[in-house]
Order: sequence, then structure tokens, then C-alpha cells
Amino acid sequence: MVTLGDYLFVSGLLFTIGFAGVLLRRNIIIIFMSLELMLNAANLSLVAFSRFRTDSLGLPNYHAQVFVFFIITVAAAEVAVGLAVIVALYRARRTIHVEDISTLKY
Amino acid sequence: MSPVFFWLASALMLLFGAAVIMNRNPIASALSLVVSFLGLAALFMSLDAFFIGIIQVLVYAGAVMVLFLFIIMLLDLRAEERRKINLVAFAGGVAVAVIFFGQLCLVIGHLRQAKQSFPALPLNHPDDVRSVGLLLFGNYNLPFQIIAVLILVATIGVIVLSKRELR
Repeated sequence: MVTLGDYLFVSGLLFTIGFAGVLLRRNIIIIFMSLELMLNAANLSLVAFSRFRTDSLGLPNYHAQVFVFFIITVAAAEVAVGLAVIVALYRARRTIHVEDISTLKY
Repeated sequence: MSPVFFWLASALMLLFGAAVIMNRNPIASALSLVVSFLGLAALFMSLDAFFIGIIQVLVYAGAVMVLFLFIIMLLDLRAEERRKINLVAFAGGVAVAVIFFGQLCLVIGHLRQAKQSFPALPLNHPDDVRSVGLLLFGNYNLPFQIIAVLILVATIGVIVLSKRELR
């Protein structure tokens, strides 16, 4: 029997993979993909809770699924803008390695 | 939902998710991300969220990944050469991630509801596309319109950012 905890565990593991990717990788595009993984891990736990909390008719809580729909839409817009920023950065600096981009660091 | 299906989809999603951050080649990472998102869509469908699962495949595995691959090929990125990794920073990053996951497991372990399985749906329930659509165009009509404006703004922003001369 699959429990709510199993879904939360898998979602947490996916979030941790994305988190580790953001912390460990130095390629800005891979960091961006890791951010997408973390967003999707959050979506998975939202949908799991939506299925878990049924209303008086025994239906899942569809408000959470509408929320996930909004998150996916905003994430798609975010990817488009983020990748445009990365392209502009690459044009200006000829690198996508975050250690080479340190103007704001010191 | 059968446990075999659940664990298969989870393993697929997690293995290819790990492949995303371990590959040196950005194209291999992007393709692993597609498979990872397909596994996630399967998990959504195992939770009876068919609409979200289909949207996941269309938007993420379709549109977003095409964008990623397009940018990787536009910038002509090759597998990055190995650089000297900063061992202290690497160990610190791994430690933070492991501690985070340990805490998460602790919280899930203390959650009483986490040990319950999902309640069954009534036999002839309305399909979820109908229910989500009713909410989306009823309760959440204003946020829906605002999202449309947001996407328009994002599109204009991307065009401005992509101009050759930024002023």
C-alpha cells in the first residue's frame, strides 16, 4: 500500500537532488535545470496532499491542483526569461561558468 | 494505484534526476531531465491528477526542454573540461544537502498522517479536467487573467533582452 509518506519522501528526495545540483554544479544551465527539479518536487507534494484531503463528496481538493497549474505556468515564463538572461550574459562575458562571473562578489 | 507502478515511476524520476546533476555534458543533462519529468507525470497520474500530468508532459517535457536544448545548441556548449574542484566547498555542499534531507525525513517521520494511505475516490466521480476547469474559470478567474498578462510581459521582456544592443 502506498502511503502519503512515500510520496512526501520521494518528493523530498527529488528536492534534495535539485538542491545538491544548485550547490555543487558550476555550469549555470545545469543550475537552472536543478531549480526546475526543485519546483517540480514541490508540485509533487502539493498534488499528493490534494489527493489525500478529500472533501465531503470524497473528491480530491482541486484547489491545490489549480495552484500547481499556476506554478507550472509561472515556471514556464521564468524559464524563458532566465534563459534570455543567460544568453545575454554569454554574449557579454563569453562564459557560463559561475566562478568566472564574480563582479558582484567582492 | 499499485505500489509496483509507484516505485517504478519514482525510481525512473530519481535516477534520471540524479543523472541531470552528474552529467558533464549539458545535452545529456537536458535529455535526462525530460525522462525525469515523464516519471513525474506518471506519478501525477497515479494520484488521479490526469490534467496536471498531461500539462506536465506538454509544458515541461515539451516546451521548456525544447527551450533548454535550443539555448544549449545556440551557445554551442561542449562537455565542460574538468576544473580543479574546491574540496571544502564540495564537502560543504554535500553536507548541507544531506542534513536538509535528514531533517525532511525526521519531519515526515513525525507526521501522523504520513502513515495513512489515500482514501478511495467515489465510483462515478466527475473527471478532474472538469473540476479543475470549473475552479479555474470560476473561483480563480482573476488570477488566471493576471497570469495571461504575466506571460505577455515575459514575452516582451525576452524580446527586449535578446536585442543585440542593450541600452
